[in-house]
Amino acid sequence: MDLNYTPEQEAFRADVRQFLDDNLPDDIRERVQKRLRHSKDMTQRWQKILHEKGWGASTWPEEFGGTGWSPIEQIIFEEECALAGAPRQLDFGLRMVAPVIMTFGNDEQKKRFLPGILSGEDWWCQGYSEPGSGSDLASLRCSAKREGDHYIVNGQKTWTTLGQHADWIFCLVRTSNDGKPQQGISFLLIDMNDPGIDVKPIIMLDGEHEINEVYFDNVKVPAENLIGEENQGWTYAKFLLGHERTGLANVGQWKALMKRLKVVANEEQDGQRPLIENTRFRDRLAQLDIELRALELTVLRVLTDKRGPGPQASILKIRGTEIGQKLFELLMEATGQDAIAHIPDALELDYSGPRAGSIDATPAAGDYFNMRKLSIFGGSNEIQRNIIAQLVLGL
Amino acid sequence: MNFDLTDEQQMLNDSLRRFVTNEYSFEKRSTFIDAGKGSDPQTWSALADMGLLAFTFPEAFGGLDGNAVDTMVVMENFGRGLVVEPYLATVVLAGGLIRDVGNDAQKDEYLTAIASGERKMAFAHYEPGARYNLGQVQTTARKDGDHFMVSGQKTAVIHGGQADQLVVSARTSGNANDERGLSLFVVDASAKGVKINDYAAHDGYRIADISFSNVAVNADNLLGELDQAFPHIEKTIDLGIAAVCAEAVGAMEAMNEATLDYIKTRKQFGVPIGKFQVLQHRMADMFIQAEQSKSMAILAASTADSNEKAERRNALSMTKTLVGQGARYVAQEGVQLHGGMGVTDEMFAAHLHKRLTTINLLFGDADHHLAQVSDGLLAASA
Repeated sequence: MDLNYTPEQEAFRADVRQFLDDNLPDDIRERVQKRLRHSKDMTQRWQKILHEKGWGASTWPEEFGGTGWSPIEQIIFEEECALAGAPRQLDFGLRMVAPVIMTFGNDEQKKRFLPGILSGEDWWCQGYSEPGSGSDLASLRCSAKREGDHYIVNGQKTWTTLGQHADWIFCLVRTSNDGKPQQGISFLLIDMNDPGIDVKPIIMLDGEHEINEVYFDNVKVPAENLIGEENQGWTYAKFLLGHERTGLANVGQWKALMKRLKVVANEEQDGQRPLIENTRFRDRLAQLDIELRALELTVLRVLTDKRGPGPQASILKIRGTEIGQKLFELLMEATGQDAIAHIPDALELDYSGPRAGSIDATPAAGDYFNMRKLSIFGGSNEIQRNIIAQLVLGL
Repeated sequence: MNFDLTDEQQMLNDSLRRFVTNEYSFEKRSTFIDAGKGSDPQTWSALADMGLLAFTFPEAFGGLDGNAVDTMVVMENFGRGLVVEPYLATVVLAGGLIRDVGNDAQKDEYLTAIASGERKMAFAHYEPGARYNLGQVQTTARKDGDHFMVSGQKTAVIHGGQADQLVVSARTSGNANDERGLSLFVVDASAKGVKINDYAAHDGYRIADISFSNVAVNADNLLGELDQAFPHIEKTIDLGIAAVCAEAVGAMEAMNEATLDYIKTRKQFGVPIGKFQVLQHRMADMFIQAEQSKSMAILAASTADSNEKAERRNALSMTKTLVGQGARYVAQEGVQLHGGMGVTDEMFAAHLHKRLTTINLLFGDADHHLAQVSDGLLAASA
């Protein structure tokens, strides 16, 4: 038992930090640190820079162009990126569909899809939820009928995050109505430029366009885009959700945010004193700091467990999202009534107009509202508790 | 960065697990507690035979140079079986102080005797009204020739009534709240002027109030340097915190297992009550609390031996806060999910509940330690 990083790991951390110092573009860093609106361009530019360094995929094995890093190195990398103000890499390609393609796809598919994910040229989105199928995902109805060497896809997906930028969508589609609902689901990769696809924005409660509805009207998808076997998609989907949950703990970003929150608590005034001197607020900050430390250690325990992350990963999703939401809640409350003003233009880098309160107040309430999604997406936290109850506790 | 036990620790863990499961049944434990002696001679000598009482002592004095992670392994297993032997008082607290500040003659006398199981000791520090504040000591030790005359009142001395000797903190200079000016003495429990009120505790332990009235203590029994005891007291309390947090983790896991078993078998409305989602989610939350507490207990054990005071104290306070809260949560929910049975003396869960509750009250409760962490944030910002 040793909670210290090894000298090699510390040296690795120093390398990552140096690289970030030298290569993270200032405009991107500023957008992230001021919590401004993110753009497709900044995500892609950053992915390109990482890719050129050979660090495009920190979680991939080397044979597919990944770094082959250990779980600890991955954590160090993520943490340093977050602390430096690097944008989060796009999970949908790198952490979600890529592991499925690597594990269940054929050689042709690996050659065709993985390089675009790695370079960031291909933007991926996720087609899981449907209007009638949220937590009860297996009830999904979007259908794919085999006709010769194609599937004809009809139906609707929803909550499609950043689908407005996407080149590709990985979809769960119904290929059979026989047996249990889980048994007739297939995993299909669909080109977003195909005729018959229509993307409609859903505006979230913070006024931002982040999620979409995606409609499929007789979309012709080549059968070679099917991953694995027909009707086995549920198995691949569950595999993917396990990967997603580990990432959702998001400790690196929360640590960066906690650091900022402490600065904000010193800068914001509470009458004649800095807010940090208000015991009631400071105690809540301390409580959250403790919970974040416990989460960090639990992530390390899960990721270094030789048995691999099992259903315990649900703990990380639950605690990671609860702590994230709490951080944004405190950031909002720290800036007080200044947070109420809603100035969408002020979320752009070149904004020079009036703003209410400090720079931290500008995104505070919008972020808080936006982050209510955390405990809902990726399998709601109630579903995660079901998973723990059933798969860990055997209830 | 690794969370693995060493081979030796794994062996220790396995043999203790067997011992607690096979030799320390709930029924046996009840008879030990009813006997009112604070320790069962057979159990204590079995622990000595296993080498447990010596593990964390220096090799030169019969020990194995163990550390707080070894203590964690021991205490987690004790928590699972709610072992009420005076291990914490004798080995972790009093033994820890003698190990850390005693001279060779003192180590030779006390550590060897503790290791063999011959002698029990306790740490008499907290005082009435001081609550959890470690520096508030009004007990005095006045130099008188080659003796110190000790007078004062100590409270909540864990296993104080079973100790052959007490390590007593006393003020040798300064004012009642000064951190400087504290010293430690080894005092015979049977010395003239020592009065011990030994109580049963709700959790099966024994606890004592002890008064010292002009107790003559030979100057040889000064432990460590005069006036310089405070940092050692802090460190010993930190070792105690790490130990009880590990114990709490064991007890939380035992509570979760007992509760899970209960809700899988108890039937109402024609089904096991564990089929109800409202109970499933609460059980999932109990599981989450135990896992988070375990992570922090590991942090505490890995930090408790450190001499980097600020970092160590902060880590221990973080741990005690989270474990205190987690223990309270699991204790309350465990009883609730047991229904009426949970509030009866015959259920193990009820006893787990009581120990988890009292652990929060030992060495500073969750509020006390949250305040420490919180004030640390203020200091860091200054």
